[in-house]
Amino acid sequence: MTVATTTEKTPTPASVEFGHHDLPIPGTYMFDGEAAMKGYNLNKMCFSFNNAENRAEFLKDEDAYCRKYGLTDEQRKAILERNVLAMIHNGGCIYYLAKFAGIFGLTVQDVGAQQRGISVDEFKKMLKAQGE
Amino acid sequence: MARVVGGLTTSHIPAIGNAVPKEQQLLNDPYWKEFFAAYPPARAWLQKVKPDVAVVIYNDHGLNFFLDKMPTFAVGAAFQYQNADEGWGIPTIPSFQGDPELSWHIINSLVGDEFDVTSCQEMLVDHGFTVPMSLFWPNHSYGGVKTIPVCINTVQHPLPSPMRCFKLGQAIGRAIESYPKDLKVVVIGTGGLSHQLDGERAGFINKKFDQLCLDKIVNEPEILTRMSIHELVRQAGAQGAEFILWLAMRGVLHNRVTKIHSSYHIAISNTATGLLVLENAA
Repeated sequence: MTVATTTEKTPTPASVEFGHHDLPIPGTYMFDGEAAMKGYNLNKMCFSFNNAENRAEFLKDEDAYCRKYGLTDEQRKAILERNVLAMIHNGGCIYYLAKFAGIFGLTVQDVGAQQRGISVDEFKKMLKAQGE
Repeated sequence: MARVVGGLTTSHIPAIGNAVPKEQQLLNDPYWKEFFAAYPPARAWLQKVKPDVAVVIYNDHGLNFFLDKMPTFAVGAAFQYQNADEGWGIPTIPSFQGDPELSWHIINSLVGDEFDVTSCQEMLVDHGFTVPMSLFWPNHSYGGVKTIPVCINTVQHPLPSPMRCFKLGQAIGRAIESYPKDLKVVVIGTGGLSHQLDGERAGFINKKFDQLCLDKIVNEPEILTRMSIHELVRQAGAQGAEFILWLAMRGVLHNRVTKIHSSYHIAISNTATGLLVLENAA
């Protein structure tokens, strides 16, 4: 997993001359082979949530369901605490995590706000402001 | 001979899947009105050209493919494509008719052209496919159009480069236009524009970059194919990388195209939405 930690001065302006530099992108995690190996069981569990019976079984006993899929202690803790960033740090891929969030009726805006550490209202305002 | 009459692109946000059945009630809704107002010209163009087949270039979000087997390029070769529960409550919609004969022609041609694709005789199609189909043909009235899903991996890096996707599109275009049956084909690219769902940068949108893409893709797409995936993620957000699907669509079309319609709107859900209708020169 490529974890971006350094900060950039300013975002590259959109132009017709694109660089090919691989400077880290702050707050962005490339879901690559390393992350995919680390998060395999976590993502596999979330993939199982395509099925309504599996969602019901998870809700009946979350911890047992996590153990059935062989999640690590960190992954299980992240699931039980609904901590999306911690899931990502432990190899979660947002496309599968979204199925987990859906069980609790959380939208991508709820999930986005949680990761940014702001309220959902603030998050929505921020989205809108980028169109102005 | 078959010919590609044109191409369309649209965002495929799951929230649209929930809104589409209520479109008539949402035409005056402040959140949705501008979004839905953009689609009638695209539908009118489709009614005018009456395509026989739609090749739909999209990305699967964990309905059909999992990380156990993750093809970079996959082409459907089924008689029918089913939609299914994605886990968060988008209503499932009726199945889509395929055209396996044309699918196999495309697969044979692509592999002959050094694109070693995965062929799929069973393929569940998720919102990346169904939302655009529902937007372009409301009420599941596909007018007899048959579909061929082409799935490009945007889930797990490495993703195919913008240039590679554009070239895949060109190879699909050559395949279609060498098919002996007299068919009219449209190509649909789905996803985008700028958005990011994960990480502390969630909610990132880049209007200036999106507008550049909407402009350049019409008759100067090569400029956009020079980007690396990393640069595309920087400019368009982690999931804005779906723009490679638009570039694949553009590759299928001829060098010169006419822009019939375009629209851009911030935001639906976390995403800057884009719509584009391009017609091939006759």
